[in-house]
Amino acid sequence: MKAQIKHISYHLPKTIFSNEDYFKLFPDTISNEENLLKIGTESRHIIQTNQTASDIAVDAAKALFIEHDVDPKDIDFLLFCAQEFDYYTPTSACIIHERLNLTEQCGALDFNLGCSGYVYGLSLAKGLIEGVGLKNVLLLTSSTLTKTFHEKDKSSRFLFGDGASATLITASETSNGIGEFIFGTDGKGADKIIIKDGGARNKITENSYKEITDDYGNITTDACFYMNGISIFIFGLNIVPKLVNDILQKEQKTISDIDLFIFHQANLFLIDKIANKLQIPSEKVFNFMKNTGNTVSSSIPIALSEAIKSGNAKKGDTILLAGFGVGLSWAATIIKL
Amino acid sequence: MHINELIKLIEIEFDDFTEGSLNPKTDLRKTDVWTSMHALILIALIDTEFNVTINGEDLRSINCIEDLYNIIKNRIVS
Repeated sequence: MKAQIKHISYHLPKTIFSNEDYFKLFPDTISNEENLLKIGTESRHIIQTNQTASDIAVDAAKALFIEHDVDPKDIDFLLFCAQEFDYYTPTSACIIHERLNLTEQCGALDFNLGCSGYVYGLSLAKGLIEGVGLKNVLLLTSSTLTKTFHEKDKSSRFLFGDGASATLITASETSNGIGEFIFGTDGKGADKIIIKDGGARNKITENSYKEITDDYGNITTDACFYMNGISIFIFGLNIVPKLVNDILQKEQKTISDIDLFIFHQANLFLIDKIANKLQIPSEKVFNFMKNTGNTVSSSIPIALSEAIKSGNAKKGDTILLAGFGVGLSWAATIIKL
Repeated sequence: MHINELIKLIEIEFDDFTEGSLNPKTDLRKTDVWTSMHALILIALIDTEFNVTINGEDLRSINCIEDLYNIIKNRIVS
């Protein structure tokens, strides 16, 4: 039995924040419009303040059940990948489990990862199916990062959007399915993407709300999301080509054996540079971020879902997935649909 | 590589800079147009053209294109 991606659905919050809205909010950035458009995003979906990551994950799971006629009673295990959980405790996956009416015999687990999370989730699902012997694993990813942004953080507000995905991974009698994995971690870069205060390490104090301005005039606080965009760009530019070559080598494949490459949808400018470095033909790189922005752990499954819907990814295709980001953390796998 | 080649590459890459508007003593960070997006484009340009990584600290330490040129030259040699 092999673990295979059976179905994918996703959910985007209703509220849209367009580039037009952005330039109205930050009129000083309009002179840089041409360069900003290289990011590849024209609008993003933004979650309501009273909604949480688990809410939109439930919406994505319900979409999967309806669109693909999946019976919730058949789910053996629920994996929930997010960075914004409802409570310190209990586990959000247990709350989602209840809301989806899954069976009492179904396991439920949260794991905290960002942009590499979907690929890590596939590896956990594969282990549960091929190692433990389960039949159906539901992998949910959800990002509501925009709730953590400082209102004056013009970089993050341009780059990111919110969204959730649901993937059903099943045990199949097939030679296709989820292949090998490459993982990587560099905790030295933990401070490159961080919300410093408000967790167990640093409580919120008055200082948490002190505005901090970076070299480029971007404003945040220690209570809000911070990303060192330059460092993360260099990280992506350096680590992803090696990651791709490592997974190709592990699978004894070359770029020509891969039908489609789906990278974490960080931004179009970075993905183009990575693809150029690897000399991947542009028609083999599938992107979907124009109306979503960077949706963190949901970006790869949203793109994969759209690749399947649009016919860019077909049954039997070999697809390389590569995620990279906060942690710092990265992972890649090769799947055969 | 001569410094004029680097200047020409930067002028071609950025629509904000017209041909002949930059010289070795130009501090890119002090030009009116400079943003973090320009920094990313410059880093990518140097990576593509010279296979040299320029980081945030490098950009903070340089005062002009000539300083940037010297960093690239040293890293190509080493």
